[in-house]
Amino acid sequence: MTKSAQVPTKQSRNWARRGAGGLVDFVDRRIASSRWGKRNAGRAFPDHWSFWLGHIALFSFVVIILSGVFLTLWFEPSMTPVTYDGAYAPMQGVVVSEAYASTLELSFEVRGGLLMRQVHYWATHVFIAAMSVHLLRVFFTGAFRAPRKLNWLVGLGLLVLGIVGGYTGHGLPDDLLSGTGLRVVEGGIVAIPIVGTYLSSFIFGGEFPGEDIISRLYVLHVFVLPALIVALLAVHLILVRRQRHTQWGGADKSSRNVVGSSFASHTTKAGALVLIVSGVIVLMAATIQINPVWLRGPYDPSQVSAGSAPDWYIAFLDGALRLMPPWQVDVFGHELTLSVLGPVIVLPGIILTALAIYPWIEQKIAGEKHDQHILDRPRDMPTRTGLGVGFVVFYLMLWIAGGNDILAAIFDVPVNWVTRFLQIGIILMPVAAYSITKRVCLGLQRRDRDKLLHGVETGITVVRPGGAFSEVHIPLSRPAAYALASREREGPFELGPEVDENGIPAPRPRWSKLRARLSKVYFGDVIDQPTAEEISATGSDSRHLATAPAGSGVGEKPSHER
Amino acid sequence: MTDFSSPRSRLNRPPIYQGDADPTSPQPARVAGRAVLTSDHPDRNPASRDVDQRLGDFAPQAGQRATREVAGALAVAAVFVVASVVFYIGFADTADSSGAGLGNLQVSNLVLGLTIGVALLLAGVGLVRWSRVLMAGNPIVEHTAAGGLPQNGFGEDLAGRRLGRRPLIRNAALGALALLPLPAVLALRGFDPDASRRRAQTAWVEGVRLLTDQSYRPIRASDLQVGEMVNVMPASLLDLPEQGPARMNERAKSPVVLVRMQPEEMTPAEGRENWHVDGIIAYSKICTHVGCPVSLYERTTHHLLCPCHQATFDLSDNGAVVFGPATRSLPQLPLAVDEDGFLVARSDFTEAVGPGYWEREA
Repeated sequence: MTKSAQVPTKQSRNWARRGAGGLVDFVDRRIASSRWGKRNAGRAFPDHWSFWLGHIALFSFVVIILSGVFLTLWFEPSMTPVTYDGAYAPMQGVVVSEAYASTLELSFEVRGGLLMRQVHYWATHVFIAAMSVHLLRVFFTGAFRAPRKLNWLVGLGLLVLGIVGGYTGHGLPDDLLSGTGLRVVEGGIVAIPIVGTYLSSFIFGGEFPGEDIISRLYVLHVFVLPALIVALLAVHLILVRRQRHTQWGGADKSSRNVVGSSFASHTTKAGALVLIVSGVIVLMAATIQINPVWLRGPYDPSQVSAGSAPDWYIAFLDGALRLMPPWQVDVFGHELTLSVLGPVIVLPGIILTALAIYPWIEQKIAGEKHDQHILDRPRDMPTRTGLGVGFVVFYLMLWIAGGNDILAAIFDVPVNWVTRFLQIGIILMPVAAYSITKRVCLGLQRRDRDKLLHGVETGITVVRPGGAFSEVHIPLSRPAAYALASREREGPFELGPEVDENGIPAPRPRWSKLRARLSKVYFGDVIDQPTAEEISATGSDSRHLATAPAGSGVGEKPSHER
Repeated sequence: MTDFSSPRSRLNRPPIYQGDADPTSPQPARVAGRAVLTSDHPDRNPASRDVDQRLGDFAPQAGQRATREVAGALAVAAVFVVASVVFYIGFADTADSSGAGLGNLQVSNLVLGLTIGVALLLAGVGLVRWSRVLMAGNPIVEHTAAGGLPQNGFGEDLAGRRLGRRPLIRNAALGALALLPLPAVLALRGFDPDASRRRAQTAWVEGVRLLTDQSYRPIRASDLQVGEMVNVMPASLLDLPEQGPARMNERAKSPVVLVRMQPEEMTPAEGRENWHVDGIIAYSKICTHVGCPVSLYERTTHHLLCPCHQATFDLSDNGAVVFGPATRSLPQLPLAVDEDGFLVARSDFTEAVGPGYWEREA
């Protein structure tokens, strides 16, 4: 299909090309694919390393599906007890569930089975990690702004589905760690007020662990969640195509065009990335052991091993469980366990809600009415970038807390100290990260302004006939200067005079006051770009810069404090 | 709601490189907020095209070399694919002769994974080189109409006409929707009305012997040294079918830790003075936080730590929480000695074991 744009015009002597061309023509005569190809031939695909993060997620999902189908051929999603008599000697004669026995069979008796298990597991890690980094990229560059707010939600949904998919898979082998994970989930569910006890009974088919949960997780894991992910992926990709990809501002770029690779080049690179992503995942599976279920033994609810920690993508919730103070309230004689409800139910709810509505909030504050197709450099939106880094630090503190016992062992300090340190840190560090990041962004903005006004330092010092020293600066090239200057200058939203010239009080809804305050936080201290007059005043061509007399401001640290 | 005409002096200064406003464009030349204003005018918007040529475009020799590199990478990839197939078929004999030991498994996993992985990686790297060095025609510029997505307020119009005029109907509809989950909540209770009562009961009743876990032997008081800890199950567990969910469920609720300390080290709460036997004292093993089995015992401090979330309980002080996220003490199992001298339970736990739930009395 991809070759349809380049169907050879003359009969090629190369049999392979002739064959491929013939096949393409055969298909084309039936489904008119050349129209599709011609439409695509004119399309531009913006090229930047960060635009490939979503592809990595997509391709690792393909690896997940392929390896997962392989695993279903042997895996038995059943908790029926059997006496293990397989190839793994240490477990022979032990009563285990069919799920656990078939996982051991996959690992030890199916050729390539262990590799496929490890591919499936590693691909999941790559999938969720790639989606997470992709989400951060979209956030920090403002790619979530209109008209892409809906796609931001779809992407967020995909991340949640990916995490739930990973966790349901983690529960399937019925080994000691997966069962312990389910036990924690059950403890979280019963903490839900009013319905918790019955919800748990509904999910587990009675008491924990029961005999149903593995087969139920299996249906979710191999049917419901993949179907939802594929559906949302389709929506995600269709929206990207409809709304076209965002691009960085700069030479050639405008909000009325897209500049990038051709369809053929992009498709080749995408194909290459499929191979590279799956190659790296297979290499990881070959060389790095993951989830050795045979070492842990089958699940027994009365046993647990020290250092039990969930997979990294769920570790932030486990960390929250470890950091939460032991709070519990009495609601009319009922027990409300805040120390469990908060981390397991409320916290993810707050995080997801905040992420989901952020595009709408920022749009209100910024007062944007038009579609945004040019990405922000993170430094140009210091408050957004600061909030993002603050959130990342908050997440990381929770994530670190998920391994507080392991940290305590590594640093040889009491686990209580690590917990206390993190409990305080999780409040202070995000705030510190916010304000440091914002300062760094403003500093980078000053640097950009500096470059535009005074060019780039060369390190060449010249001595003037009068004895004065100055450094030669080279002005930026026109495309480089344009890339820095093409963003619009920002200013905070101001309310304006309270009364107009006729003395009539201006209407001031409460919202606009709030917006003015928030807008000041967002745009109040943004560094102005230089105007054309300012640039011509300092001189923007190299001869002028090189020969300007000392003391004229050229080559010295510019002062542009407002 | 948004007033863009308010004075904002800093915004009114002309930006550099601002494009000429296109009179045919539906977008205004200057919008408030953060829109990036650029222009397609070549004088205003400089081009970067000439610096982005492919190496193969102007250096034929480099192009030929890259062609050889791409072909070479793909050929080596093919060799690795063949190697993986050879290994996959050939490995069968060695696996049969010595059984599926861990050593064989590791070799199989490594060789199979390395050959397949390297083959995929090399093919991918070859394609990237092809695209970056040899494929011409980058970058291309695709022109798109500004405001290509509908902006005509179709939905607002619809909502304003159909719903805005009838607020009563709208509010009634929202109210009805809000009540929809209620039947679901009731249905959930209907599935298993016994759920909360079952949580409060375990297999312990009066006179049930304490058995060591796994080996299921009854325990005499003299079997335990001071400082020792033993995992214990109720003898009634053995009445349940050996394989099946009933026993598994009981293993999630009934496990007990039995420890022995000097009687003077204990500070039993009121009414619990005779729940121990010569300093032998029993607590539920199920953490009151989220239900992991509490299993790390420090005999000098009598602290019992849960490895999942580090809730720590003081067994000399009625199982009180001394650290971590748990909100409740570990439930204590009252002990006695039967006529044969074995440890037995005086009764079931006097409170529900495991994580907190709504129906448990606060």
